[in-house]
Amino acid sequence: MGLYSEIRFFCMGDRGLLLEFGDEIGSEVNEKVRRMTLATQATPVEGIVETVPTYRSLLILYNPLILSIDELKKRLKGIEEGLQQTPFPEPKLTRIPVLYGGSYGPDLEEVAKYHRTSREEVIRLHCSKPYFIYMIGFMPGFPYMGELPQELVTPRLKTPRLSVPAGSVAIAQRQTGIYPIESPGGWHILGRTSVKLFDPEKEPPALLRMGDLVQFYQISEKEFKEWNG
Amino acid sequence: MERVEAFEVLEPGILTTVQDLGRYGFSQFGVPPSGALDTFSFRVGNLLVGNQGEEASLEITVMGLKLKALRDVVIAITGGDLFPTLNGEALGMWRTHLLVEGDVITFKRVLSGCRAYLALSGGFFLPKIMGSRSTYLSGKFGGLQGRALKRGDILCSLDRPQPLNRLGLRFPTDWIPSFGKEAVLRVIPGPQDHHFTEEGFQTFSSSTYHVTSQCDRMGVRLEGPKIERRPDVEESIISEGLISGAVQVPGDGKPIIILTELVTGGYTKIAAVISTDLTKVAQLKPGDKVRFDPISIEKAHHLLREQEDRLREFKNLIETR
Repeated sequence: MGLYSEIRFFCMGDRGLLLEFGDEIGSEVNEKVRRMTLATQATPVEGIVETVPTYRSLLILYNPLILSIDELKKRLKGIEEGLQQTPFPEPKLTRIPVLYGGSYGPDLEEVAKYHRTSREEVIRLHCSKPYFIYMIGFMPGFPYMGELPQELVTPRLKTPRLSVPAGSVAIAQRQTGIYPIESPGGWHILGRTSVKLFDPEKEPPALLRMGDLVQFYQISEKEFKEWNG
Repeated sequence: MERVEAFEVLEPGILTTVQDLGRYGFSQFGVPPSGALDTFSFRVGNLLVGNQGEEASLEITVMGLKLKALRDVVIAITGGDLFPTLNGEALGMWRTHLLVEGDVITFKRVLSGCRAYLALSGGFFLPKIMGSRSTYLSGKFGGLQGRALKRGDILCSLDRPQPLNRLGLRFPTDWIPSFGKEAVLRVIPGPQDHHFTEEGFQTFSSSTYHVTSQCDRMGVRLEGPKIERRPDVEESIISEGLISGAVQVPGDGKPIIILTELVTGGYTKIAAVISTDLTKVAQLKPGDKVRFDPISIEKAHHLLREQEDRLREFKNLIETR
């Protein structure tokens, strides 16, 4: 079905309004989410507290003491009508160096076995194209990216790890991502990067943004250690 | 203004963090709001000690915090009753106190609720990270170096005259929320209430659930009757934004109330707790009982306005005093 002909509104409690744009993970639906997010952020509406863009929806937190839900919907429909006039930035490509395998990528071997191929082929496939960032979520700076080449599509781990190191580059189903901070996680870890994806002291705090592109490339352990200084 | 040392942490207790009203505008980077879980008690504390409302306070969980005053300070303790004492004598809550240098405050044990707030005139002073002083524990930033308090920490405030005219000020007794072992949480159904069968929704809105030991600043996991899902919908949804109070129902059919340290999630949400009842959620502890009562959004907004009117009335009362 893809993109809905009209935005679907759902209440999330008494101060959240969820705007749903489509029923799938895809570039058309995600572009609408991103356009709507940028336009809403560019049009200050008193009473909008927060915007949370994700794959196919946008959650708006509002203060009902200032802005009624009917007025909010009206303002959002107005914003939607002017969407085409909102400037839409070109995607920025970020190249991310990755040390694959070994203790840095403990699941590389298993992923290769699962697909009956070599570790080198898994690395080649993972680096074979730029990935689109659908959203940043789950934790600060975590990019949800896709689509993986069909030959790399792998189910999640049966038992999630209690701790995944910061910088881990991982895959799950059709997605690939990077853990910016240490956390529990259920994705297959292929390698690690030294690039800092999240810094609370920086403006903006996250290196990557929704709508941008990431290209992975392989580095040696020596280069990885030099990068770490 | 100069920073001055206000307290030394003698014992940090089970979990004590610095919190304000939270961090907004950064969800698009995966940063959740954090902030005080019981914002009502938090705000009353700040009003009592003459703060504007954005100042940071301490959120004290269950028991064990022991502080020594390093100078004369005006404070107020609100929220759950964790049996606060001053130099061993019981200390009244929901009112202001003047502590003198060397005084020791201890939170001995839970009498009701789960979390208390200690507001300090001028607020606890720490650098703002992304516009807020709230501690985000799993992100390891905000508050005091992104962590819970530990023994030996020195807590600072801004050097400003203590509002001695506020001494003896109390929050009206009738307006103090009571935190029993059973909470009725009013909810707005959705966004995925249609993923459940009619019977499933009936189970949700008529059963009593128990708070499990998995109960922290990220969420409250409940145990009780399984909520039946429609057979034709998948267990997970495409990840979307979360709000504090959202009631997730994962594959096992047992509800989890989401709190303030999560930003997105891929589980269906049958309903979300209304703003005014988040106070009750913040005060739940393992073993407490919970029921859910669906109401309309109009009713929820009405209740929120009522609460705001009350806080405004109290503020006026103080200022004309």
